[in-house]
Amino acid sequence: MAVFALLAVSPVIFLLAGTFMGNQEIIECIAPVFLDGEGYAFWKVIPQYPTFCNVVGLLLDSPEFFIMFWNSAKISTFILAGQLIFGMPAAWGMARYCFRGKKLIYTIYIVMMMMPFQVTMLSEYLVLDWLKLIDTSAAVIFPGMFSTFSVFIMYRFFCGIPESILDAARIDGAGELQIFLKVGIPLGASGIISSLVLSFLECFSMIEQPMTFLKTKSLWPLSLFLPEIHSGNAGFSMCASFVALLPAIFVFLIGQDYLEQGIAASAMKE
Amino acid sequence: MANRTKRDRIGWLFVLPSLAGVMIFYLVPFVDVVRRSFRQAVGGGFAGLENYRQVLLNKAFILAIGNTVRFVSICLPLLLLLSLGVALLLQNQKRYREVMKSAYLVPLAIPATSVVLLWQLLFDNNGFLNGIVSLFHIESRDWMNDGTAFGVLVFSYIWKNLGYDVVLWLSGLLGIPVSIYEAAKVDGAGPINTFFYITIPNIKPVAFTIVILSFLNSFKVFREAYLVAGNYPHESIYLLQHVFNNWFSELSIDKMAAGSVLLCTVVALLVLLLQRSWDKSGV
Repeated sequence: MAVFALLAVSPVIFLLAGTFMGNQEIIECIAPVFLDGEGYAFWKVIPQYPTFCNVVGLLLDSPEFFIMFWNSAKISTFILAGQLIFGMPAAWGMARYCFRGKKLIYTIYIVMMMMPFQVTMLSEYLVLDWLKLIDTSAAVIFPGMFSTFSVFIMYRFFCGIPESILDAARIDGAGELQIFLKVGIPLGASGIISSLVLSFLECFSMIEQPMTFLKTKSLWPLSLFLPEIHSGNAGFSMCASFVALLPAIFVFLIGQDYLEQGIAASAMKE
Repeated sequence: MANRTKRDRIGWLFVLPSLAGVMIFYLVPFVDVVRRSFRQAVGGGFAGLENYRQVLLNKAFILAIGNTVRFVSICLPLLLLLSLGVALLLQNQKRYREVMKSAYLVPLAIPATSVVLLWQLLFDNNGFLNGIVSLFHIESRDWMNDGTAFGVLVFSYIWKNLGYDVVLWLSGLLGIPVSIYEAAKVDGAGPINTFFYITIPNIKPVAFTIVILSFLNSFKVFREAYLVAGNYPHESIYLLQHVFNNWFSELSIDKMAAGSVLLCTVVALLVLLLQRSWDKSGV
């Protein structure tokens, strides 16, 4: 089992080593792949001649990479903010109130959450085209803001807050909005963070949406960056792949407990 | 009583902004898509089921559906059994459970961009995998441009989703009260009996959810396929998303519309099944 676990994390180790290897050393390792040479490629876990050469090169001489990185940051931030502004109240409303049509809305949200992109692709395109948003970052941001998945995760956690606490607040004279802000949000915080972590990872590896709706390459997020290897840039590609991984791993390490809770919440009733 | 109705009206207000967005970006345009699926692409005249007939006779679509069905029928059982196996091992493993769980979850966080290089080096003609394979005197091959491309895709999917499913299984397994296991032990039940008479019945409701969630996640495997093989992959990994992308670039709105509606129907049926099982287990 430990072997499987090692297999799961191996790409991180692979890229980490590659990032600090010099071009020369990488090429020695993988020469057979792109020179059609004899023998097979191999890899080292620890670089023999560690160097920051490629890291520096990436940080200083590659504006296109930075634009993509920045695009990703921008898209993710707006989408997450939108999910908080629109999704959080919706989750609260569905979890804590009974109103006519709630069951129907809930069902619609679940069905929407499960739909693969292929199903919504054309409809998203039609509306974005109508709003003249195609080929702007907004084309990726707006549909993402209204992703029903995050509503669903938050809903699950909001349902777990005991009604008696809310009633106590009502007796003390708190209004419904106040209850949401002062009781609901703090008590549902772990659910909110869970949904943000899951959404962030999703945003950060989004491929289908930007590929379809963004034609201008300078608008592309990092997830569309396709590293290629030829002898000149092996180290650079290696390094770029690693940097593309960093934000996701960072969020993963900080938010890991929430990530697990969020995943588990999608399987359990309550 | 009046208070109650007033309060519930406030519930509406909470939901309204989000619902408006969902309506504008998803629901209303989808109704338009349904309408278009019955119309001609040019001129917009009524086409009846002609678009559907074209889609269902379309070679690329049939190929993609075939691949998807084959992919799901191989991946799903494999993923479910593997993840259940890992989860069972972790169930009684208190010391390393957290560390192991984290390790299995890492691939979920790794963007496809970052594994492209590794996948290329791994599956190339002179790559790592062939290097390993050659130790056993098996002939090397180009894994990505062969029927084995399909195997690479299966591997990617399992690599990516194993941790997710392990967490799901564990959430079910750890919910089983330990006292039941202890009681069974006192009654002299062996590990095999315990598994079949306690573990399986207790995780049945979770199992159904996991099956459906994993199935829906399998539509996302296009990401890996695209990054490794581009828009024109080996035909064994030609997926639905590839078909839709091609129709999109040809602007075959009529075919896309009919295809979306078909796919939507299948997914919606599955989701309704899922919801039913939730309602049952929630009682």
